Amino acid sequence: MDSVGNLTQRLRKAERRGHLRAYALIAPLFIFVLLSFLLPLGDVLVNSFYDPVVPKGLPRTVQALAEWNGPRDQIPPEPVFAALAQDMKEAVQSQSQGAIANRLNVEESGLRTIFMRAARRVSTQEEGPWAPFFEAADPGWAQSGIWGTIRNLESPMHTLFYLSALDAKRNQDGSVGPQPEDQRIHITIYLRTLGVAFTVTLMCIVLGFPLAYLLAHLRDKTANLLLILVLLPFWTSLLVRTTAWMVVLQKEGVLNSFLQFLHVISEPLPLVHNRFGVVVAMTHILLPFMVLPMYSVMRQIPVAYVRAARSLGAGPFTAFIRVYLPQCIPGLGAGALLVFILALGYYITPALLGGSTDQMISHFVADNILHLLNWGLGSALAAILLAAVLLLYAVYDRLVGANNLKLG
Amino acid sequence: MSASNLPLYTTPLQRAGHWVLLIFCTLVLVFLIAPVLVVVPLAFNNEPYFHFPVQEYSLRWFRDLFTNEVWLHAIFNSVLTATLATLLATTLGTLAAVGLNHHNLPGKRLLMAVLVSPMIVPVVVLAVGSYLFFSKLGIANNLLGIVLVHAVLGMPFVVITVTATLGGFDMNLMRAARGLGASQWEAFRRIMLPLVWPGVLSGALFAFATSFDEVVVVLFLGGPEQTTLPRQMWTGLREQLSPTILSAAFMLILFAIAMLLTLEMLRRRSVALRGVTE
Repeated sequence: MDSVGNLTQRLRKAERRGHLRAYALIAPLFIFVLLSFLLPLGDVLVNSFYDPVVPKGLPRTVQALAEWNGPRDQIPPEPVFAALAQDMKEAVQSQSQGAIANRLNVEESGLRTIFMRAARRVSTQEEGPWAPFFEAADPGWAQSGIWGTIRNLESPMHTLFYLSALDAKRNQDGSVGPQPEDQRIHITIYLRTLGVAFTVTLMCIVLGFPLAYLLAHLRDKTANLLLILVLLPFWTSLLVRTTAWMVVLQKEGVLNSFLQFLHVISEPLPLVHNRFGVVVAMTHILLPFMVLPMYSVMRQIPVAYVRAARSLGAGPFTAFIRVYLPQCIPGLGAGALLVFILALGYYITPALLGGSTDQMISHFVADNILHLLNWGLGSALAAILLAAVLLLYAVYDRLVGANNLKLG
Repeated sequence: MSASNLPLYTTPLQRAGHWVLLIFCTLVLVFLIAPVLVVVPLAFNNEPYFHFPVQEYSLRWFRDLFTNEVWLHAIFNSVLTATLATLLATTLGTLAAVGLNHHNLPGKRLLMAVLVSPMIVPVVVLAVGSYLFFSKLGIANNLLGIVLVHAVLGMPFVVITVTATLGGFDMNLMRAARGLGASQWEAFRRIMLPLVWPGVLSGALFAFATSFDEVVVVLFLGGPEQTTLPRQMWTGLREQLSPTILSAAFMLILFAIAMLLTLEMLRRRSVALRGVTE
C-alpha cells in the first residue's frame, strides 16, 4: 500500500517536472511576446483613457477649482485665477504651455488662442489681482466655457476619448451630448468598415465556395496543380497585389484600355479610388483564406453520403442542401470568420485603391496618431478595433481552435 | 471530374450545372492569377505606360532598380530586417513549440491562443502600440524596434508549422535516445531536430516573407533612414505609379515563386522523413 502511494507520488512529481521543463522552453518566447506585443497593446489601452496633460500642467488650478466647486455657469473667484497665474508661469518656464493649449483646443477649438494670449503676458505681471489681468488678456477668461473644459480634464483618467470615438462629447457645462454635426464621423466609419468587411466576406464565399468544391472533387494531381494558382497570389507580397490592381484598374490601365479597344466603352470607367476598387482588391487578397480551409474540410467529406442520399430518393438539390452543405459548415465558418477578422483591420489596400470616402477605421487610427497628433483619440479608436477583433477571435478559437489557423 | 466520367444517373440539368461550375471556377482562377501575371510583361515595357500591347521590351526599369541608391538601400534594409526577425522568431518559436508539444500541458490552449494572436491583431493597432511603447524605451526610429515587431508577426507561423510537424513525431524516439544515454539537449539536436527541420524551415520561410512584405509597422517605427523595399514601394505608389515599382514587384513575384517551390519541396521532404502521409 505504502509503495503504491510512493509510486503515485513519484509519478506525479515527474510529471510536474516535465511540465516545468515545457514551461521553461516556452518562457523565452512568452517574455519576448510580452515585451514586444502584449505591453505595446497595453500601452494603446492606457493611452486611450490616461491623459495627464492638464492635471500635471495646471495642478494648482485644478485643485483650486475643486476647492471652489461652484456651479458650471459661473466664473471662478480670484484664488482660482491666482493659481492659474502661478501654473502658467511655471508652464512658460518649462515651455509646456503649448502642449496644454493644444490639449484644451482638442476638446473645444478656439481655446488655444485664449490660453496662449494669457500665457504670453503672464510673466510681465508680478502681483494680482489676476481676474482682471486674464480678462484683459482675452475676454474668453471671463466666460464660463474654458473653465468648464479645464474641469472636464481635471482627472488624469477619463473617458473623453471614448466619448469622442463614439461621436459624443462632454460639454462645457458638464453634460454629455453629441458632437457638432461636422465632427460626427466615427459612427459612419465603423459602419463603413463593417460594410466593406461584410461585402468582401460575402464575395469570398460566393467565389470561394464553388472553387473549393471543384478542387475537392478533382483528382489529387490536378487539384494540386490548380492549388498553385491559389497559393501563388497568396504568397505574393500584398503591396505587389495592390500595385497590380492599380495597374489593372486605373484610368489608363489594362482593363480600361482593353475595354476601349473592344469598343465596349468609349470613356474610361472609374474603377479605382472608389469602393469598387477596394472591394475587388481586398476580395482578391483574402480569397485564399477562404478557399484553403474550405478545401481541406470538403476533401474529407466522404462521397458516400451524397450517393446514399441520392439512392434513398433525394434529388441532387436536396442531397446537396441537406447532406453535403451541413458538412461544409466548419470550413465555411472558419474561412468566413477569418476573412472578416482580417478585413476589419485593412489599411494599405483602401489607402492606395480607395478614395477619401472609402477609408476604414485603421486609416483614422493612423491619421490621429501620425498627423493630427491626437494620440488619445487614435488609441481609443485602436482599442475599439482591437476589442472587436479579439471578440471575433475568441469565437474563432472556440469554434475552430487557434492552432488550426493555417495560412497555407 | 471531367464531364465524361460523371455518374450515369446525372440528369441533363446536372450536366449543365457541372459545366457552369467549371466555367465559373475558371473565371475565379483567372481573377486570382491574372493581376499577378499582368505585372510581368509591363515591368519589361520600355515605355512608362501600363497597358497592352507592349511595343518594345527592355530592362531599363530593372537597371533603374538596381542602380538607384534609394532602392538599393531599401532592399538592403529589407533583407537585413527580415533576416534578423526570422532568426529571432525561429529560435524562440521552435523552442516554444517543443514545449507546447508536451502532452496535456495545463494552459496550453490559452498559451497557443496568445501566441497565435499576432496573426489576427490588426497591424495598425500593433504599430501604434509599439510606437507609443518603444518611444518610451528609446528604440523607436531605429531598426531594432522594427526587427522586434516583425519577429512577433512572424513567430506564429513558426509555432504553428513546428507544432504541426511535431504532431507526427514519435516521442518514443526521444525516450529511446534518452534510454541509450543521450542528454536532453543531445536527443533534441540529434534525433528531434533532424526529423522536424522541414517544419522549422518552412516556419522560418513564412516568417521571412511576413517581414519582407510588412509596411505598416515600418511606417510608424522607421525613421527616415529605415526605408525598406515595401516602404519604398508604398511611397512611390502614393505619389505616382512608376515602372520601377513594377520591376520591384516582378522581383517579389519571383521571390514568391521560389518560396512556393521551396515550401512544396520541404513538405515532401517532411513526409519522406517521417514516413507518413498527411
